Amino acid sequence: MNPIFPVLLIPLLGVPLLLLIGHSRRAAQVNVLLNVAGFGASLWLALEVHDRGLVMSPGRQLFVDAFNVYLIVLTTFVGMTTAIFSAPYMEHERQRGRVNQRRLQLYHASYQGFMLAMLLTLSTNNMGVMWVAMEGATLATVLLVSLYRTPESIEAAWKYFILCGVGIAQALFGTVLLYFAASGSDVPAEDRLLWTVLHAHSPSFDPVVMMLAFVFLLVGYGTKVGLVPLHNWLPDAHSEGPTPMSAVLSGLLLNDALYAVVRSKMLVDGALDSGLPGHLMMGFGLLSFLVAVLFLHRQHDIKRLFSYSSIEHMGLMTFAFGIGGPLATFGALLHMTVHSLTKSAIFVTVGHAAQLAGTQKIDHIRGLIRTQPAIGWGLLLGTVAIAGFPPFGVFTSEFLLLSATMKSWPWLVVPLLAGIAIAFAGLFRYIQPMVYGAAPEGQQPIRANMTAVYLHLLLVLWLGLAIPGPLARWFGEATTLIAGSSPL
Amino acid sequence: MAINELSLDQQGIILLAALVLFSSFSMLAQPRLLSLVNTFALQGLLLSATTVLVALVSGHHHLYLSALLTLLLKALLIPWMLRRLVNRLGLHGEIEPLERPNLVLLGAAALVVFCYYVSLPIVQLSTMLTRNTIAISMSVVLLGMLMMIARRQVVAHVVGFMSIENGLFFAAVVSTYGMPMVVELGIAFDVLVAAVLFGVFFFHIRESIDSLDVDRLNRLSEVER
Repeated sequence: MNPIFPVLLIPLLGVPLLLLIGHSRRAAQVNVLLNVAGFGASLWLALEVHDRGLVMSPGRQLFVDAFNVYLIVLTTFVGMTTAIFSAPYMEHERQRGRVNQRRLQLYHASYQGFMLAMLLTLSTNNMGVMWVAMEGATLATVLLVSLYRTPESIEAAWKYFILCGVGIAQALFGTVLLYFAASGSDVPAEDRLLWTVLHAHSPSFDPVVMMLAFVFLLVGYGTKVGLVPLHNWLPDAHSEGPTPMSAVLSGLLLNDALYAVVRSKMLVDGALDSGLPGHLMMGFGLLSFLVAVLFLHRQHDIKRLFSYSSIEHMGLMTFAFGIGGPLATFGALLHMTVHSLTKSAIFVTVGHAAQLAGTQKIDHIRGLIRTQPAIGWGLLLGTVAIAGFPPFGVFTSEFLLLSATMKSWPWLVVPLLAGIAIAFAGLFRYIQPMVYGAAPEGQQPIRANMTAVYLHLLLVLWLGLAIPGPLARWFGEATTLIAGSSPL
Repeated sequence: MAINELSLDQQGIILLAALVLFSSFSMLAQPRLLSLVNTFALQGLLLSATTVLVALVSGHHHLYLSALLTLLLKALLIPWMLRRLVNRLGLHGEIEPLERPNLVLLGAAALVVFCYYVSLPIVQLSTMLTRNTIAISMSVVLLGMLMMIARRQVVAHVVGFMSIENGLFFAAVVSTYGMPMVVELGIAFDVLVAAVLFGVFFFHIRESIDSLDVDRLNRLSEVER
């Protein structure tokens, strides 16, 4: 059997299965099992890709190379750890009366639907199917954002639905233009949306149409990356949905949308030699980075705080992919990994902290270390990691990005460094009183499962100290695919 | 190129495309919700008719299937769902006048001109019978967006959203004779799921803010209240 199929089949079967048994108490365990199986399947796929270099399905509709295989492994891994966290967390929410059994059924089925959409986005070779899957990811999560049915959560879900729906419609227009550009060349009609075919033939496409297509694709998928000025949905959707959703949205969905942008850029770069797509990405990336960094300073909700931090990091990655070049691309790939590991760990911790304090308001979360050291330290270490302190992996990737910027655009290092400093200040002015300080009267420890958090942080620490050889080779290969040569 | 130099088929396609664009304009300024939904259904019907004509002229037979899909989804099923929702929510008599209609319609006309300008390089490259209508498809997309910006009512927003989808489908038909079938089916599936979810949301929104005016969805911001 082709090793791509099980990765997609497991969530595909998971959706109807969890719709059927979702109302029973076992559903959470089944969800965990499905995700563990999915992770196993993705490891098998990774081994195959490692041996063969490229895995393609017989009809060429699915393909996995060094670039997307690591994102697939990352997606299934974060999906698995989040599912492990989500089981007791959602049970706790049910006991608090915020959700009922029927909504949990919807929750679990949507969780698998979301994983399916993500994995299909990553593994498809067809740019049209990629769009369909990306839209599917919105549809699968939109009811989860409004799971608690509070006025705020419904507003957030509506915004998410409309903004992402309209935004991603632009990407479909871009896809039509790609198809149009390909119809002017000698590519056979049924292959005109296959990424591998388009990539091979892109030098013969009309540059003006390709540029137009890229603008639409960037705006469309950029909405889902959370690029400023199309970011308004992101803090709302991340803060109002249940915490496991915030973790997978921030850790996975944003990465996958960026993946779609980078794949589009690879196509367009072949047809153009002006480097304009890269410059557009640099501009959008830098703008998002700076705006998000400033917004970090006026937050009242802990999840919104970290949502803006996600926009900041996605901006940084978009900027790095925009610079191009082997070093920047390598840094961006590493940053995608460490950001999604760290950010999902932080959201899990934040979820526990919010349950402990009974609110998401920053002003009312106090003395976490006093009450429950595991959560307090988890939040502190996670924030230290995401702010880019050595020896965590985020430091390594940001250092690589800065050195790459220094090489090709030395002046841009100034806003980047200033932004990183402002972000650090923005995060710590809020985190410090939450973590330290006296605990409010009667704050009791809760049952918390912090294994996933510390596992993620350990991995990020490991990536910061020494990137294991096989992983570095993987990143190197992916960099060669995107940027033409490897910095290793 | 003067219009009388074109073949009769091409003139027919242009006529239908112009009617699609006209339906977009009329949706933009239509204050009655039920009439709005009906105009949307008409746009779906016109779109499907255009697709059939393009299929006839170009000989791309898979377009018949796309036309059928559009007819079922955009002209029958989704308008039916919307009409039922409007009735169940008791909105059939509701009138939502457009603020500054002159400005919005003039803006819409400017958008159409802009689309003709942007699509020039595409039109020059194309050798297809339908190349003169690419700008119209782009206009339908942008007018749908304008409608979502200018109007306040959630039903109008959903119609705007669906009309953007219409524009995209139209773009695919006239610029490349449609997308591969697997993609078109996928898009149709997404649109259908989106329509169902919108229906669910109408009730949630009304339950939570006691109205269907999107301006009242304003709780989430950086400013502490």
